[in-house]
Amino acid sequence: MALVRVVLERLAELVLTLLVASVAIYGALYLAPGNPATLLAGGHITPSVLREIERQLHLNEPFFVRYWDWLDGILHGNLGKSFVYRESVTSLLASRVLNSVYLVSYSAVVIIVGGVALGLAAALRRRLGVAITAGTSVGLATPSFVAAIMLITLFAVNLKWFPAYGTGSGFAGQLRHLTLPAVALALSWLAYTAQLTKAAVREELGKDQVETAQSRGIRPRHVVTRHVLRNALIPITTVSGITVAGLVAGDVVVEQAFGINGLGSFLVQATLQKDFASMQAVALILVAAFVVVNGIVDVAGLFLDPRLREPAV
Amino acid sequence: MATAAAIAEIAAPVRRRRHIDPVIVGASVLIGALVVVALLAPWISPYDPNSANILATNQGVSAAHWLGTDPSGRDVLSRLIWGARLSLLGPALIILIATTLGTVLAIASAWIGGLFDQVVSRVMDILFAFPGLVLAMVAVAMFGSGPIAPVVALSIAYTPYITRILRSASLRERNLPYISACYVGGVPARSICSRHLLPNIFPLLLTQAALSFGSALVTLAAVSYLGLGVQPPTATWGLMVATGQTAILAGHPGASIASGILIIVTVVAFNLLGDRLANRHAVQGL
Repeated sequence: MALVRVVLERLAELVLTLLVASVAIYGALYLAPGNPATLLAGGHITPSVLREIERQLHLNEPFFVRYWDWLDGILHGNLGKSFVYRESVTSLLASRVLNSVYLVSYSAVVIIVGGVALGLAAALRRRLGVAITAGTSVGLATPSFVAAIMLITLFAVNLKWFPAYGTGSGFAGQLRHLTLPAVALALSWLAYTAQLTKAAVREELGKDQVETAQSRGIRPRHVVTRHVLRNALIPITTVSGITVAGLVAGDVVVEQAFGINGLGSFLVQATLQKDFASMQAVALILVAAFVVVNGIVDVAGLFLDPRLREPAV
Repeated sequence: MATAAAIAEIAAPVRRRRHIDPVIVGASVLIGALVVVALLAPWISPYDPNSANILATNQGVSAAHWLGTDPSGRDVLSRLIWGARLSLLGPALIILIATTLGTVLAIASAWIGGLFDQVVSRVMDILFAFPGLVLAMVAVAMFGSGPIAPVVALSIAYTPYITRILRSASLRERNLPYISACYVGGVPARSICSRHLLPNIFPLLLTQAALSFGSALVTLAAVSYLGLGVQPPTATWGLMVATGQTAILAGHPGASIASGILIIVTVVAFNLLGDRLANRHAVQGL
């Protein structure tokens, strides 16, 4: 019963956070200078035409009426209308959202597989550990856009293994096109996960239960997979929330670096063009993605680790 | 007098035995050198960072141009030296504002508690939901591109990280006997917080500042890289990676990679410094 209550509490918190975030996003761009009506009408217009456009677009309504209209639209799948593209934001995003989802998912797989494997290797093999630790320190400090230009230089221009730009078509083509971007996006988080895994595994290795398992003659491989890694995965799951935040933000940069037509590069263009309707929609989607995934990670943590179910002090 | 001498005798070896960490020294020297280079830019940079030469674009390493030239024929080394100014000043301002704001909020939350503490914590939770970069982009859309909007936005974005860590440290300190002793002794709350509590969380504050600096540098450089921060032709390291990128497909990655490596080296220095400082506190039981 306690579990249900905690989950419901988290859900309420999540909805509240999203609501406040949506007011903040809408409000910030509502306050921004520049009148969409003048943008839409272009060149020379008389004040009466301007007022008519404002009336049609409900630009003359008070803030909360307009916010409510916007939120109501979003809940019904209507993200507003872009004044730059003169098209609904929903249809503008429809063709782009999957590219971002693929990129972030691909990256997440690279992070989990690569990070845990490297961390485990570093913890179990001392000499390898030194090299991996040095490598992860550099990886952790490498911004995604720097990783991007280095990967393009090495693997696209010099070795010609992977394409430098674009998204490609078909599953194999997309996978090939998204490999460098996914690695660029993953790099610093992979390094972070590897360091965390190494620390967690080292700590578990020193515990009594591992010693007991070893003295019982259990094969080393099973000791690691069944006794060490299982416990070590708990802190890794806990921080995956931060990782997701990093991926959401990093996605914006990496898409721009590799010319991928996704949510991130769309947000950059919208910012440069002051396309507020698109910005509001994409910013809200990114924040919502982050909040929801974080919420899921939180609840997953509750299931994995019963100690967290106690009310926090 | 005899007692003072005795104390000095006991105290001296303790001070001498204090371990000097080569990593901390090395990282500090590197950071100090970068700051000096940034300050001395007008005197040590070999060329005008903005003087373009279309006859000498994308040149490799040579005696005339130690790090080559960029796609506009500008000297990469001079641009890196001048770029150090805004590339370091930006994150420095962000960390200064965020730690100041975070420390005040953290100590106030720990001291006042109750509703104030709850409200601050909830606001920080909501701020956590905004990736710094997204917040910076919203600020740029509101106030236009340039150095100021992203710095203000990122200062706000980094505040919750500092606040959360310092708040729990302040709470721990608050419950220790020395604070109660001050309180019972009639020391005013403001002096307890500023003279007793603050100095005791200061090492942690410094560690967090060092660790956040690298991350702030990267995020601000990303804003520059996207073309939303400082505008060309002003040099910043992030912008230089972007301007150099146009020449990569033609086989001239030098300008981009040089600035990229400088960013990595700087961030590694700050991260190492932060990590070592953090370990030190862990040993001292902070």
